[in-house]
Amino acid sequence: MTAIKSGSNLERVLTAGHFAFTGECGPPKGANADHLREKFKYLKGNVDCVNMTDNQTAVVRMSSLAGCALMKAEGLEPNFQMVCRDRNRLAMMSDILGAYALGVRNMLCLSGDHQSFGNHPEAKNVHDIDSMQLIALVKKMRDEEKFLNGEEIDVAPKMFIGAACNPFADPFEFRVHRLATKIEAGADFIQTQCIFNMDKFRDFMKQVVDKGLHERCYILAGVTPMKNAGMANFMSKYVPGMDISESLIKRLKGVDKRDQAEEGIKIALEQIEAFKEMQGVAGVHLMAIEWEHKVPEIAERAGVLPRP
Amino acid sequence: MIVADRKSLEEILGMVADREKLLILGCKGCVTVCNVGGLKEAEVLASTLRIAQKKEGRPVEVSHRVLERQCDNEYVAGLADDVGNYDAVVSMACGVGPQFLSEMYPDQVFFPAVNTTFFGGAVQHGVWEERCAGCGACAIHLFGGLCPIARCAKSLLHGPCGGSANGICEVNKETACIWDAIVKKKMETGRLEDLVAVKPFKDWRTARDGGPRRSIREELVKGTL
Ligand code: SF4
Ligand code: SF4
Repeated sequence: MTAIKSGSNLERVLTAGHFAFTGECGPPKGANADHLREKFKYLKGNVDCVNMTDNQTAVVRMSSLAGCALMKAEGLEPNFQMVCRDRNRLAMMSDILGAYALGVRNMLCLSGDHQSFGNHPEAKNVHDIDSMQLIALVKKMRDEEKFLNGEEIDVAPKMFIGAACNPFADPFEFRVHRLATKIEAGADFIQTQCIFNMDKFRDFMKQVVDKGLHERCYILAGVTPMKNAGMANFMSKYVPGMDISESLIKRLKGVDKRDQAEEGIKIALEQIEAFKEMQGVAGVHLMAIEWEHKVPEIAERAGVLPRP
Repeated sequence: MIVADRKSLEEILGMVADREKLLILGCKGCVTVCNVGGLKEAEVLASTLRIAQKKEGRPVEVSHRVLERQCDNEYVAGLADDVGNYDAVVSMACGVGPQFLSEMYPDQVFFPAVNTTFFGGAVQHGVWEERCAGCGACAIHLFGGLCPIARCAKSLLHGPCGGSANGICEVNKETACIWDAIVKKKMETGRLEDLVAVKPFKDWRTARDGGPRRSIREELVKGTL
């Protein structure tokens, strides 16, 4: 995993052997660029790169590509998320080229939540290719410098290729195999789904390490600090693929309402400490959903500052 | 077979609001098998329309009959003597029927009484499920005989996605995750390695994406068979 593929900051941090710390940022439900710039302030200098979500949970927002461009302009490194739900292979390839031309060097390839979760459930979905093939497509464009049809690309996009992994979806025994296929397809790094069930994640990582997958790909563990017990409840009920234990909800409920946010941060910090020690984990992906202003504090208390 | 659902009475009434003499035309093909548009259902719809319009104070004359198949010109031609006797014809066949009818009888109006939904079959009495999306390049043998194109909400060739939970699809609690079934079948048969390689990108030209499709059987066209 040593030859430099994209020259992104995230790649530099990971190949140097540092414990990576990445962040996330959702574009606004509108063209409010100032709103985004406000969020960037909290992330700048505190994380190695920032995921720009792509119509997350199938709710229409400013395009992830535009969000990435705005982020670049503010001096942060974006991780361009792309879902297979909204684009066919033509739109994907042209957006990958556009992103690279704008200075984007990381991508995260996703299937995308089904549109029935979002605010336009009447929409037609695309799914021309799936996330596995999107990984392979970005790799082909980078390594072979060719479009899917084999035509040469004039200045190929050299992306550091990311993929998602949800160790908590079913069937559990198959998850490690699916991860292996993503690595086979070309994933350089993985950002996992938010982890709330540490035992199950440990189980999963053991399988990953046994198969030697952590040596072929950097695995960043997903962390989401809970703002309160209500958020934990909501996520466990309505967000697909979440495994939120009763004990976590109980722990949050166990403290006074005013102190639940602090308790949520404490849980996240304990997780980060555990990940630092866990074999095969190369970093943490912090998804502080609509809580970007807490990132500086979390990064500070997690002891991951200054960033390399 | 092709599966369909009856449109609501309100919608059908809306279509035929200004017509006084109607023919409800069933089909003995798929829609008879899925109990939506055969002779029996045509009869029921005809009498329902009669009663509903009578209630509104504008009685209509509604007849009904059934064709062997509305997707076959040989049988559609059988309507020639009768088709001109009505203000409109309500077809209870799948979407193919009223089109064949319209093409043969351009002077008549044909309304669809059913919503054609999918290619599938009955899994229990009264319940039909989708099985095929007519992609034009069948590859179910690669997936343990189960079709992810039609049966996965995201048509994934490498599933299950992160939303699969306890064998249920993220889309809703009533839908099975077909990828869960595919994986389990491969595990049971010790063929998990079939799912590990990245599959070739699907060529959608054989599906609807390539434009309207045609099947030509040369030997039949030439009459050598
Ligand atoms: S692979 Fe294509 S043809 Fe075969 S069952 Fe699925 S949709 Fe139908
Ligand atoms: S849950 Fe299963 S069937 Fe539903 S979209 Fe995901 S992989 Fe497809």
